[in-house]
Amino acid sequence: MRFRPAGPGALLVEVDSLAQVRALHARIERERAAGWAPGLSDVIPAARTVLLDGVADRAALAADLRSWSFEPCPPAAGQVVEIACRYDGPDLSDVARQWAVRPERVADIHSALTHEVAFCGFAPGFPYIAGLSGGREVTRRDRPRPALPAGSVALADEYTGIYPRTSPGGWQIIGHTDAVMWDASRDPAALLRPGDRVRFVDVTP
Amino acid sequence: MTGCSEQAIRIRRAGALTTVQDCGRPGYAHLGVPRSGALDAPAHHLANRLVGNAPAAPVLETTLTGAAVSAECDVIAAVTGAQAPVRVDGQAARMGAAITLRRGQLLEVRSATSGVRSYLAFSGGLAVPRVLGSASADLLSGLGPARLADGDVLQLGPLDGTDGLDGCALGELPAGGGVPGPLQLVIHPGPRFDWLAGRGLAALEDGQWTVSPDSNRVALRLAGAPVRRRRGELASEGLVSGAIQALPDGHLVLFLADHPTTGGYPVIAVVDRASLPACAQARPGSEISFRLASGIDRHDWPPPPDPPDVW
Repeated sequence: MRFRPAGPGALLVEVDSLAQVRALHARIERERAAGWAPGLSDVIPAARTVLLDGVADRAALAADLRSWSFEPCPPAAGQVVEIACRYDGPDLSDVARQWAVRPERVADIHSALTHEVAFCGFAPGFPYIAGLSGGREVTRRDRPRPALPAGSVALADEYTGIYPRTSPGGWQIIGHTDAVMWDASRDPAALLRPGDRVRFVDVTP
Repeated sequence: MTGCSEQAIRIRRAGALTTVQDCGRPGYAHLGVPRSGALDAPAHHLANRLVGNAPAAPVLETTLTGAAVSAECDVIAAVTGAQAPVRVDGQAARMGAAITLRRGQLLEVRSATSGVRSYLAFSGGLAVPRVLGSASADLLSGLGPARLADGDVLQLGPLDGTDGLDGCALGELPAGGGVPGPLQLVIHPGPRFDWLAGRGLAALEDGQWTVSPDSNRVALRLAGAPVRRRRGELASEGLVSGAIQALPDGHLVLFLADHPTTGGYPVIAVVDRASLPACAQARPGSEISFRLASGIDRHDWPPPPDPPDVW
């Protein structure tokens, strides 16, 4: 665990893997629920880091973190959410080439993998869903598209993302879903949150 | 004060960009929700205090060209932030003071003579539906009320003295409104200061930048001699307000309230919270320089190749 300053009121904690991020984030949330560091305003897990914002005493907080022991998160940390996906994206053949399979195999492979929301970012409700590590990582398009439609299911690196609304993006689109990723009038507004497990269900017509 | 049928104000001239702002939406960054909120927090709080509102109440934030608002009822108003001529039915009125508006009167905030964003508070506060606890218009993600247009009517409170205090850091900060001349921003080392090549943070202290015209509530984009940095990109990581990213071409982006919650370019420095109001008021073309916060020795940054465990 490495501590990096992020200005006087924040601390970026860096670890070596997504699994360590999950374990660290879970422990932080457990401690917060028990009253630890009440001044924290935001805790943002990401790929290899957890950002703590609203830190009064960085050294004291770092000392606390260093004194904790971390257990690997059980894989069943969050709720299971099913996402009905039509595997009809324009980049299916690109992804198939990267995976060295036929395009019609992409849906089977993707929907059979175990997926878990690692973190959210980019836009409200946009989940970085980890699940492609171990040989199914995907490189981005050379040139981003100016507009990906809402509901696009797209791949980059070890992540599957789902676009809550029309946005520019360089991820490889493999399909589409009608799931509403973000609804500010809903509680919780985000359909998927860090720790949730995701099962992609192939509903390609 | 006489009663009237509708406790409201009407936007007569929305100007370049006028939005409703309060203290924003802390606590949702892990869902990708920007903090948002008034960019010049001390000016926002002061405007509310002048009209007897809780400091966190929703107000109008204008951009460069001001706005004009008519009172649909008797109301107390105040204008703070960027310096601008203020008129009530054409008669000069003061900034930074309570102004009594009678029903039908027109409050004009003309183009700013220095600074960018003026704040207009009205007694009772703007009664705008909250999204995730905030009335702020977030221009990055589209949360909150739309930017205001000519003819829009906004209902007024009443808000009680504590409503909306969640998330507001109420401190005695210097009012940033309309500080003229070159800005010197106080910075701290960022989490990826070690991505700077060569002289590290000293290069920031010795350089000079200009605020680009494509700056907005998301970020100030700074033009100047490119900083030398390591090549490559990071995995996305969390961002704080005031974070300064070094882009691959060496240009700098300084994030304000509507910034994305994560980003993949290295954050080499972070602007001190007390300097953020000045960022909110920095006009396109303004000159900006950086000074390391007291107690930070430029020769220590970058230190040896391994990042420090404790600083």
